Amino acid sequence: MKSETVMKGLDNKRYMRRKFVNGLTLSLSVGTVIFALTFLVWILWTLFSQGLSHLTLDVFTKMTPPPGSSGGLLNAIVGSLYMVFFATVIGTPVGILAGTYLSEYGKSGWLAPTTRFINDILLSAPSIVIGLFVYEVAVHSVNHFSGWAGSFALSLLVIPVVVRTTENMMSLVPSTLREAAAALGAPYWKVIVNVVYKSARTGILTGLLLAVARISGETAPLLFTALNNQFWSTDMNQPISSLAVVIFQFAMSPYEDWQHLAWAGALLITLFVLGLNILARTVFRQNQSHS
Amino acid sequence: MDMYTPSAVLNEQHIIRESISMPNSPQNKNIGATLDKLFRYTTMFFAFLVFILLFGIIITLLVGSLPALKMFGASFFTSTAWNPVTIDFGGVVPIYGTFITALIAMLIGIPVSFGIAIFITELSPNWLKRPIGVAIELLAGIPSIIYGMWGLFVFAPLFADHVQPWMNDNLGALPLIGTLFQGPPMGIGMFTAGFILAIMVIPYTASVMRDVFEIVPSMLKESAYGLGSTTWEVIWNVVLPYTKTGVVGGIMLGLGRALGETMAVTFVIGNAHELSASLMMPGNTISSALANEFTEAVGDVYTSSLITLGLTLFVITFIVLSLAKLLLIRLSLREGKQS
Repeated sequence: MKSETVMKGLDNKRYMRRKFVNGLTLSLSVGTVIFALTFLVWILWTLFSQGLSHLTLDVFTKMTPPPGSSGGLLNAIVGSLYMVFFATVIGTPVGILAGTYLSEYGKSGWLAPTTRFINDILLSAPSIVIGLFVYEVAVHSVNHFSGWAGSFALSLLVIPVVVRTTENMMSLVPSTLREAAAALGAPYWKVIVNVVYKSARTGILTGLLLAVARISGETAPLLFTALNNQFWSTDMNQPISSLAVVIFQFAMSPYEDWQHLAWAGALLITLFVLGLNILARTVFRQNQSHS
Repeated sequence: MDMYTPSAVLNEQHIIRESISMPNSPQNKNIGATLDKLFRYTTMFFAFLVFILLFGIIITLLVGSLPALKMFGASFFTSTAWNPVTIDFGGVVPIYGTFITALIAMLIGIPVSFGIAIFITELSPNWLKRPIGVAIELLAGIPSIIYGMWGLFVFAPLFADHVQPWMNDNLGALPLIGTLFQGPPMGIGMFTAGFILAIMVIPYTASVMRDVFEIVPSMLKESAYGLGSTTWEVIWNVVLPYTKTGVVGGIMLGLGRALGETMAVTFVIGNAHELSASLMMPGNTISSALANEFTEAVGDVYTSSLITLGLTLFVITFIVLSLAKLLLIRLSLREGKQS
């Protein structure tokens, strides 16, 4: 009788402790979510409160100013658009074709698994090292910084993203589709181009959008490839200005006008990148709900 | 095994089709086969391009770092010197800074990512899963330069005014680890850099953890619940042991990101080539040294020393990311066997 109540008391105690540990850890888990969301909201709020008031028409119509005077970010915005555009144009076909090989021809041999592995590492490789590589290859050897070098560096960041999504999206295409097309007598390249690419189109587009989003905010690989240019220039053979590098330079400067412009640029770049991210997500989701 | 993959089947069909003679159009057939080969080799060429890119990077950086390695030899990795005037360089300070900031990032980032992954997979009601997931991923979408600006202008002053004095008074008095937290309340320094890195790697680590938690068969979890386990006990004794390779893979992925992150760190690390015991003091990381000094570096040896640092960073992240990848592959292989 007595021992039973002792047992019960012990059991109860243990039960209470288990319940307590459970409650504690689970509330900590909720706490971590709130922790992360706090920073998201905090950073976005900072951007809007600091950047919005300086985001005037001048930002889009005037050149980057010399220290201590006011101006805009026009040349930086245009420079960024140029480099992102060319990087995408260079990187996309390379990425799609390499991804095609991995998905369609990569079932045997050593090249496909090794490339897949390397590609995944390049996906997370430090972008500043990519910048160093391009500096050695395309700047040091010709002795001048150029927009092309910047584009090249960015394209090296585009490629792994596109390879990865292309392969994933093409593998999702059912093999019965390929077999049906082949049974009609289509050669395999036609099967890929007319059937597989078509079915994987939106998925590949999603990857492309994510790649553009990724390079739009990149600063590190441009620091010693495209360098910077205070003046209007669309000559890709010369150093060219970019929004990210200008933000870096202006934010680190002691001049208030420059810092204001940096905040305006920061808001602009974040809206652009997050907008692309959300767009990619909606494109992808619409595609999924259709099929 | 190979015979049943679609491309193998197609190739076979192709061979069969070719062996049956088509009297009406042998020409077309040949063109088709040539185009097929051409397409195949084109894609192969680009895959090969991606493959050699890695070796291209390593070889190029190796060549670039030769002048420094010739001059300093292995002592580059044991010297704390960094003097452009006397041309004496060593990599210890930035390498140490890279590891310490990444370590701080991991100490904060791992538990938080774990908590988020648990919340999304085990606790959250279904309607909340998606918005929370998207919000966490948006954190990964914010460019790193924005983290840097926010860290320098918003976080650092706040940290210096409110948190650092408290850390000095309370943690600084502790034996052994006390010195880590002593220092002037400047706001910038290794701790701030590590903290911001933590926020930046959380989305990556959390998303891998979430993905691997989702593969745990619900049968296993339900059995544990049936035996009377609490949610936490199910997570700790069933979910985590089942997914531990994947979780470590996710952590390694985050670590790889933290080691190589540049802009956010450059803003708040203080760029000081000094080794200090305190985490509150400014320091340097490989990537921030590169971002700050590379364009202004004069002379072959200075430039080459920085490239050597870049190569070191690349090799370190390569090893860490390879480990991450291998662990994740191992988990998915086991998955394949079971299903």
